[in-house]
Amino acid sequence: MELAPLPVLSPVLPELILAIGALVLLMIGVFKGERGTALVTSLSVVVVVIAGLALLFMTPDGVTFSGAFVLDPFARFMKVLSLIGAGFAILMSADYARRESFDRFEYPVLIVIATLGMMLMISASDLISLYLGLELQSLALYVVTAINRDSEKSSEAGLKYFVLGALSSGILLYGASLVYGFTGHTDFAGIAAALSGGPASVGLVFGIVFVIAGIAFKVSAVPFHMWTPDVYEGAPTPVTAFLAAAPKAAAMAMFVRVLAGAFGPAVADWQQVITFVALASMLLGAFAAIGQRNIKRLMAYSSIGHMGFALVGLAAGTQAGVQGVIVYMAIYVAMTLGVFAVILFMRRRGSAVEEISDLAGLSRTHPVIAFIFAMLMFSLAGIPPLAGFFAKFYVFLAAIEAHLYMLSIVGVLSSVVGAFYYLRLVKVMYFDEPAGAFEPMSGSLRVVLGLSGAFVILYVVFAGPLGQAAAAAAKTFF
Amino acid sequence: MTDWPILSTVTFLPTVGALLLLTIRGDDAAARRNIYWIALWTTIITFVISLLIWKDFDNTSAGFQFVEQAGWLGGSIRYSMGVDGISMLFVILTTFLMPACIIASKFSVQKRFREYMIAFLLLETLMIGVFCATDLVLFYVFFEAGLIPMFLIIGIWGGPRRVYAAFKFFLYTLAGSVLMLLAIMAMYWQAGTTDIPTLLNHQFPASMQTWLWLAFFASFAVKMPMWPVHTWLPDAHVEAPTAGSVILAGVLLKMGGYGFLRFSLPMFPLASADFAPFIYTLSVVAIIYTSLVALMQEDMKKLIAYSSVAHMGYVTMGIFTMNPQGVEGAIFQMLSHGIVASALFLCVGVIYDRMHTREISAYGGLVNRMPFYAAVFLLFTMANVGLPGTSAFVGEFLTLLGAFRSNTWVAFFATTGVILSASYALWLYRRVMLGPLDKPALMSIFDLSRRELTILVPLVVLTIFFGVYPTPIFHVTSASVDNLITNYQAALSAAGKLAVAAK
Repeated sequence: MELAPLPVLSPVLPELILAIGALVLLMIGVFKGERGTALVTSLSVVVVVIAGLALLFMTPDGVTFSGAFVLDPFARFMKVLSLIGAGFAILMSADYARRESFDRFEYPVLIVIATLGMMLMISASDLISLYLGLELQSLALYVVTAINRDSEKSSEAGLKYFVLGALSSGILLYGASLVYGFTGHTDFAGIAAALSGGPASVGLVFGIVFVIAGIAFKVSAVPFHMWTPDVYEGAPTPVTAFLAAAPKAAAMAMFVRVLAGAFGPAVADWQQVITFVALASMLLGAFAAIGQRNIKRLMAYSSIGHMGFALVGLAAGTQAGVQGVIVYMAIYVAMTLGVFAVILFMRRRGSAVEEISDLAGLSRTHPVIAFIFAMLMFSLAGIPPLAGFFAKFYVFLAAIEAHLYMLSIVGVLSSVVGAFYYLRLVKVMYFDEPAGAFEPMSGSLRVVLGLSGAFVILYVVFAGPLGQAAAAAAKTFF
Repeated sequence: MTDWPILSTVTFLPTVGALLLLTIRGDDAAARRNIYWIALWTTIITFVISLLIWKDFDNTSAGFQFVEQAGWLGGSIRYSMGVDGISMLFVILTTFLMPACIIASKFSVQKRFREYMIAFLLLETLMIGVFCATDLVLFYVFFEAGLIPMFLIIGIWGGPRRVYAAFKFFLYTLAGSVLMLLAIMAMYWQAGTTDIPTLLNHQFPASMQTWLWLAFFASFAVKMPMWPVHTWLPDAHVEAPTAGSVILAGVLLKMGGYGFLRFSLPMFPLASADFAPFIYTLSVVAIIYTSLVALMQEDMKKLIAYSSVAHMGYVTMGIFTMNPQGVEGAIFQMLSHGIVASALFLCVGVIYDRMHTREISAYGGLVNRMPFYAAVFLLFTMANVGLPGTSAFVGEFLTLLGAFRSNTWVAFFATTGVILSASYALWLYRRVMLGPLDKPALMSIFDLSRRELTILVPLVVLTIFFGVYPTPIFHVTSASVDNLITNYQAALSAAGKLAVAAK
C-alpha cells in the first residue's frame, strides 16, 4: 500500500508552532503543578509572539491540505490581529489571576488552543475545516468561561455559552449539509463555481441562511446575541477581555471568507440577510446599552453594536466593504483591549469592582488613565479624529457605494444613540465627584492601555498605510 | 510668498502649546502662572502669525491661497489646506478671540486649570482647521473633533446644569453631522474626490443635489443654529464658562454659516435655489420668534444666546439671497457678531465673576458704581441692536438690502427683528445698569480691572472701526463672493437651458 504524500506544511507553520507549543506548555504545567502557572503564562505569550513572527516573516502564501487551508493576504492580516488580541489578553490576565486565585496553568494553555482554532477558522476554505477550527476555538472558550468554578456566575456563564454555542454549531452544520447537498461541494471554490451557474435554489438559500445564522452567533450579531451580556458579565474579566477581542475578529474573518468567498456569486441572496442583521445589531447595541449599570454588560452590548457596524461593510459585498470590515476589526480589537485594561484595573480594597459608578471622578484620582479611557470612549462612539471614526468611515463609505442608503442612515443615527452611553462614562469620570482611588495599575495593564491609547489617538496620522494594507488584504476576494 | 506652510503652522501651533502644558506639574500658584503664560503666549503668537496670512493675502484672487497638500488616507482623500476670501477672516477671528478667552479665564477658572487650557488650545487647532481644510473628509474631522473639547469644557467647568447642557450640545450636533458624513461619502463616489476646489466645479445631478443639500443642511442648521433646532444653544451658553460662551458664540456658530457658503451654495446651486424660500421662512421665524423669547429671559446669558439665534437668522437669510450684498453682508454679520456677541458674553462674565449670578433681577443701577463698565456695555448693547456706526449695522443693513432685492416680504419681516432686538437689548440695559443702586450686595462692586479692560478695549475698537470703515473686510471677501455668485448664476442658467431643451 502506498502512503498518500504528506501535505505541504509551510503555510501552516504558525499553527504548528501554536499546537506544539500548547502541548509543551501543558506538559510543563502538569509536571510543575500550581507553581508553574507564572512560567506557563509567560511562555504562552512567547509562543504566541513566535507564531506571529513566523506568520509575518517565514510563512509563504499558499493552499494546502487539498484546498482546505489557505493562507492569503486577508488571512495573514486577520491572523496577526487575532494573535495580537490573544497575546495581550494573556498578558493582561497574569496579574488578575494571581489576585483572584484562579491561577490555573490550564488557562493560558486553553487560550493558546483557542487561538489555534481561530487561526484555522480564518484560513478555512472548506466547510469541514471551518467547522473543525470553529469547534476547537469554541470548546476552549466554553472551558475558560467557566474556569472560575467556585463562582456561580462563571459556571452559569460557561454552561449558557456551551448550550447556546452547541445549538448554533448544530445550525451551522445543518446549513453546511444543505449547501453540500445542493452544490455537491464542501470546498469554497467549488461552492462558488456551482453558485455562479445561475440563481441559487431554495434549498441552497436555506443552507446559506443557516450557515449565516451559525456564524452570526459567533460574532454575537442580533438576533443571535442573547448569550453575550451574560457570558461577558459572568466570565472572569480577563476571559471577557479575550472573548471580546480576538474571537470576534476571527469569526468576522470567517464570515467574510464564507460570504465573499464561497457564497460570493449569490450576493443578492445574502445581502438582505446581512443588512437586517447589521441593522438590528446596531440598533440593539445602541438602545439596550443605555440602561446598563455593569461595565462588562455595557461592553457586551457595545460589542453587539460594533459587530453591526462591521457587518455594514460586509453587507455592501464589495472590495471596499471587505476593506471596511478589516479596518473595523483591527481598530475594534485595539480599542477593546484598552477598555478591558481599564476594567481589569478597577480594583478597590482588594477586590474587583465592575459598576460604572465605580469610575466616578477617575479623572481626579488617575488623570492619565481617565484621559486615555475617555479617548477610547470617544473613539468607540466614532468621533474624529480618533481611530473609531475611521472604522465607521470605511464601512459606511462602502455601504454608500453599494447604495445601501437606509442602512447607512439608520446606522449613523444609531451611532449617535450609542454615543450617549459612551459619553455617560466620560461624564462619570470627568463630571462626577470621586468615589475613591483604585489600587495602582499593574505594569502589563499599563503597557496594553498605553499602546491602545496611542493607537487610538495617533491613528489619524497613520490612517493611510493601515487603510492601504487592509485594501491589499481585501483584494484577495475580488 | 514662500513655501513655508503657514496654514498648518497656525493650525497646529496651539497643539504644540497644549503639549508644552502637559510638561507642567503641580497645582500651586507658580504652576498656574506658568500655565497661564504659556497658553497666552501660544495664542498671541498664533494670532500674530495668522495676521501674516492677511498681509500676504491676494485680494484679487478668488481661488484658494497658501495651498498645502500631503497624502493622508490614500487615493484622493488628502491632507489639503488653503484659504480664500470667505474663509480667511474666520481664521483671523478665531485666533483673535483666543487670547481674550485665555485672559478672561485667568481667575474665573478655579479647578483643573491645566486641563482647561489644554482643552482650549486643542479647540483652537480644530476650529482653525475647519476654516482651512480644503478636503471634505479633513473638514469633517476638524468639524466633529471640536465637539470633544467643547463637551469637556461645558461639562467640567460649566454651571449647575452642565451635564445636561453638555450632552444636549454633543448629541444635537453629532446627530446633524453624521448625515453630512454620509453625504460626503455619496459625493466621493459620485465625483471621485473629496477635494473641495475640484468639487466646487463639479456638477452634481439635480436629483442628488436635493438630498445632499438636505444632509448638509441638517448639520449646518444645528450648528448655526437655526430655528427650530436652536434649543441646545441657550442651554450650552448658560452652562458654559465665560470663555466657552465666547468661543461658542464667536466661532462655533460661524461654522454653520461658513458651511452654507462653502458647500451648500456652490456645490448644490439648484437645490439651494429650490430651498431658498424654506431658508427665508426659517430665518424670519428665527429672527422674530427668538427675539420675542429673548424679551422674556431672566438670565443674561440666555438672553444674549437667544439674540445670537436671531442674528444668525440674518446670516442665513443673507446667504440665500444669492446677491453680492446679501452674501457679503452675511459674512460681515458673522464676523461682526463674532466680536459683539463675544464681547457681550465677556461683559456678562465680568459681573458674574463679582456676584456669581446672571439673574437680571439681581442687578440694577450698576452705572453708579461701574461707569466704565456701563459705557462698554452700552456700546455693545447698541452694536447688538445694530446702531449705525457699529460693525453690526453694516452686516444687518447689507443682509436686509440683499433680502429686499430678492424678496421684499422677507426683508419686511426681518426688519421687525431690528425693532425687537432694540427692545430686548435696551430693556436688559435698563434693568441691569440704570435705576437706583439699592441692592446691598452691589454696594461694594468695583469697576473694570486693567485685565478686563485689556480684553474689552480691542473689541470696542474693532466694533467701531469696522462700523465706520468696513472696506478692509470687503476687499478680502469681494473676489471670492463674486466668483461664488457668478458660478451659482451660471449653474442655474445652465440648468434652466437644460430644462428648456428637455421640453
